[in-house]
Amino acid sequence: MKYSIEVENLTKQFGTQKAVESLTFQVPVGTIFGLLGPNGSGKSTTIRMLCGVIRPSAGTGKVLGLDIVQQAEEAKEHIGYMSQRFSLYEDLTVMENLRFFAGVYGLSRQVADQRIRELLTITNVIGWENNLTHTLSGGLKQRLALACALLHRPKLLVLDEPTAGVDPVSRRIFWSIIQALAANGMSILVTTHYLDEAETCDLVGFIFKGRLISFGPPREIARAVGVDTLEEAFLTFVQEETGERIDLDLTALTAFAKR
Amino acid sequence: MKPRRLASIIVKEFIHIKRDRPSLIIAVLMPIFLLLLFGYAVNTDVENVTSVVLDHSKSQQSRELVANFANSGYFNFMYYVNNRAAIHDLFAQGEAKAALVIPPDYAQQLHRNETPQVLLLIDGSDPTVARTILSAGQLIGRVASLEVTQKFVSGKGIKVEDLPGIDVRSRIWYNPNLESIRFNLPGLIGLILQNITVMLTAFALVRERERGTIEQLVVTPIKPAELIIGKLVPYIIIGFCDFLLVLVVGTYWFRVPIAGSVPLLIGLASIFLVCALAVGIFFSTVARTQLQAMQMALVFIMPSFLLSGFVFPRETMPLVIQWVGAIVPLTYFLKILRALILKGAEFRHLTGDITALTVFTILVIAMATARFRKHLD
Ligand SMILES: Nc1ncnc2c1ncn2[C@@H]1O[C@H](COP(=O)(O)OP(=O)(O)OP(=O)(O)O)[C@@H](O)[C@H]1O
Ligand SMILES: [Mg+2]
Repeated sequence: MKYSIEVENLTKQFGTQKAVESLTFQVPVGTIFGLLGPNGSGKSTTIRMLCGVIRPSAGTGKVLGLDIVQQAEEAKEHIGYMSQRFSLYEDLTVMENLRFFAGVYGLSRQVADQRIRELLTITNVIGWENNLTHTLSGGLKQRLALACALLHRPKLLVLDEPTAGVDPVSRRIFWSIIQALAANGMSILVTTHYLDEAETCDLVGFIFKGRLISFGPPREIARAVGVDTLEEAFLTFVQEETGERIDLDLTALTAFAKR
Repeated sequence: MKPRRLASIIVKEFIHIKRDRPSLIIAVLMPIFLLLLFGYAVNTDVENVTSVVLDHSKSQQSRELVANFANSGYFNFMYYVNNRAAIHDLFAQGEAKAALVIPPDYAQQLHRNETPQVLLLIDGSDPTVARTILSAGQLIGRVASLEVTQKFVSGKGIKVEDLPGIDVRSRIWYNPNLESIRFNLPGLIGLILQNITVMLTAFALVRERERGTIEQLVVTPIKPAELIIGKLVPYIIIGFCDFLLVLVVGTYWFRVPIAGSVPLLIGLASIFLVCALAVGIFFSTVARTQLQAMQMALVFIMPSFLLSGFVFPRETMPLVIQWVGAIVPLTYFLKILRALILKGAEFRHLTGDITALTVFTILVIAMATARFRKHLD
């Protein structure tokens, strides 16, 4: 198996609206792949198709060499998923959540207990085991969700905006973990609106209105557009696509603020 | 199907129920509340009806007649009045529902071996009460009259037993004292079993969808069957505990003995339980929010309450309403419960209802499974 993710003409239509349109790309095993794009561009929809939450309207996809429609259940054994919206049980304690997902992945009691202990340390959730999940802070919740996604040692870790609304310390912890996991052979798919984070990915893909606009290592993408950073490249793409200016009309703003 | 996975889901579901107040109330307080309500409050037995006496005779004989009525237990003479208008007032105020009017020459007529006319006035606005006291009053009157006849003929050397006539004897089976709790309690078992399981299961799956936790569940290798069964087991256990609670309280507290076979009763209750659970699951596959699930459950429960024959006898309903009632599974289970608990019916007496119940159960399960999918589009 060469690719962790391969998609061909992957399309998802909600009613008349095409949320994802003919995506085609391949991501090699063991890399961190960052999916970028403005709000509503189709990142989560793509991810949910790859994880078997929803089915594609057209096109094909493979995850870890397994077809995302035909072999979805098999693939799920090896995917760790953190959804954009927090989706652990708020009325369960941290420990109860971890135990539940360990059980769902079929881990024996001993293995589960050991993994939970390891992951609580790794994600630094230690000391919160008996707190109800809805009482945790945003950063802690995200770290708990990560721990749950890692319980069964997935081959592919899928993170949908894991650092949205998370403080800089938790963000740093998150990315150190991601990097360390990738260094040890895990494939990672992550979405983010922070382009400094995206800069550290091995590969990034820009999608806009459901279509893939650019794909490659961050440095090469910036060079191709003729700018220094991914952030500038991102702004250039959006500007080109919409034909809109992104810098503010300062005279109008000043006039407004002075009133 | 992995036992470990199933166990995790069951444990998790119990924790949800433990921490969710509405679920806990439905599971624990509802059966107790319904038992008390139907055990004590809803009592359709007619006795001690507050009544009025208008005694124009004011004689030893008239007082004896009043005593006969009072001793029957049906009449409770709270008011003694002097004119018809007073009766009218008491009836209109709802203070009394029956009145006994005795004519001025009551004693004299008896003395002359004539037949005095006594009037029993009844407030007929509630037909159930009216019908009962009407027949009670007529019976008491006939007995009193027979006594008079007896005295008369024995004076002439004839025994009343030798007079020709027809002697109709009646015997009431199953519920000889016509206690309404005996009729209500078996139905209550069915009602509680249905309401609790339908509501709780309808919530159980919708909750995952409403809170978004289904998203995480769907990406695990969990199988739909494991999820459904794991989610149902806690409700099967709760439903069964509630069933046994009502059965035990009914037998030992309200003294409604089970005439039929208890194992058969438990077996048939299990079929009905599965049916109710499947209805709940079906709702949860259609509803998007817990509120919607609640509304669906109520739309199902309210008519089944009225159409199944729980409150009103189905025989007297218009044909169309009877047909609608025939598609309510509770209808069949109620017939089974009443026949089994009160009449000691055996399997061979119940085959029709059991078949109907089983067919329904299979149908609902098929509908629920057809709708249940493990993806979210
Ligand atoms: N279940 C759904 N039904 C209908 N439309 C949907 C559904 N899910 C997503 N969409 C639409 O599809 C489009 C893409 O949504 P998606 O959530 O994939 O965007 P995104 O890139 O993840 O955005 P964000 O950065 O805000 O998370 C949006 O216009 C959204 O409204
Ligand atoms: Mg998204």
